[in-house]
Amino acid sequence: MDFKPRNQRDQSISELRYTYSARNLWSGFLFGIGLVAFIDEAIFHQLLHWHHFYDKSTTSIGLISDGLFHALSWFATVGSLFMFADLRRRKGLWLKRWIGGVLLGAGSFQLYDGIIQHKLMRLHQIRYNVDIFPYDLTWNIAATIMILIGITLVIQTRRSLLKMKEDASNAQ
Amino acid sequence: MHSNGHIHDNGTGFEPILLMLLMLGLVIYIAAVIISNRRYKKWPLYRTFFWILGTLCAASAIIGPIANRAHMDFTAHMVGHLLLGMIAPILLVLAAPITLALRTLDVQSARRLSKVLKSWPLRIISNPITASVLNIGGLWILYTTELYGLMHQNALLHALVHFHVFIAGYLFTASMIYMDPAPHRFSFMFRAIVFTISLAGHDILSKYIFAHPPSGVTKVQAENGGMLMYYAGDAIDAALICILCYQWFKATRPKGSLAL
Repeated sequence: MDFKPRNQRDQSISELRYTYSARNLWSGFLFGIGLVAFIDEAIFHQLLHWHHFYDKSTTSIGLISDGLFHALSWFATVGSLFMFADLRRRKGLWLKRWIGGVLLGAGSFQLYDGIIQHKLMRLHQIRYNVDIFPYDLTWNIAATIMILIGITLVIQTRRSLLKMKEDASNAQ
Repeated sequence: MHSNGHIHDNGTGFEPILLMLLMLGLVIYIAAVIISNRRYKKWPLYRTFFWILGTLCAASAIIGPIANRAHMDFTAHMVGHLLLGMIAPILLVLAAPITLALRTLDVQSARRLSKVLKSWPLRIISNPITASVLNIGGLWILYTTELYGLMHQNALLHALVHFHVFIAGYLFTASMIYMDPAPHRFSFMFRAIVFTISLAGHDILSKYIFAHPPSGVTKVQAENGGMLMYYAGDAIDAALICILCYQWFKATRPKGSLAL
């Protein structure tokens, strides 16, 4: 549902959302990366023991990519939540756009992990001693669905953003 | 035959010097707290506590059971490294020693100190990039060259490596979170990016150690040590990230709105 300002107070909320729309998207995007990395580590590495810490076929570039993305996701989780708190403090939180960012970030990172890191860089596989194809397929389709929903939410909020802008210039 | 890794050398003789430096730091800090409390408002107790705890962490990597086992056991060596190069520096930086020094010294000496802090050599080494290279680059040299094996045969080298790990760790932490007055400040974004790359360097090195044991370390010990470095390093750095982000959160507080 699009947010329609009904009174003065609502009007100022929509203006704040407009001001901080980029920060909402970035905070969500970074949180999405952190969330997927956290699930990957907690469930697939630690609980299921499907992923391996190190795989003999890992390439050097795979090791570097893994290190960079691991560090990024670690920082992004904390940083994005501080950004979230900042948005709330400024009353500029736009949850729909933020969630769009989360799904976009989560999906993109999972797709990168599933195709580039697992397959091309051969960092490690999703699971060992099984037919890997269904696992890869599920992994990457899930990522694609997240990206598609994320893009839809971002486009929808962008539309209402443009509409808001137009209304504001008409009112003047 | 190196069944357990290294040639064991007790009775080095440099550890007491490192330990005495740490104890000297502790005594000076506490004396400064007592002296400056007479003139200014009370120095926060938690800062003194952090300083004591930081000194103990650093000392435990130099002397005692962890330090003794570190000669033979790579995992114990890694525990010592985490204490000396990561946990102790964070605690000591949180104790804000420069601020304490500035309020304890007389005006003349305090001016001299702040002049030193503003000098170009300190400007260079307090740059987050330089500090990261000294810190993470030093570790790469230690674990990927012959240095790790040589260190256990030469007492002076052993002491110097530990001194470097500690100082570089402190420098790195102080260049990322500003608890003390820092004349050459960098933006949060810049520090966040440099920090992330350094953390990546630390993670990559951990996995590299896992796969390529340093000279004189067995495969099993390298795997355990590498994993400890990876996960414990992450956990400690999470504290650093939280402090850095919290400082950003405070600094970007919207101006003019008091009520929340």
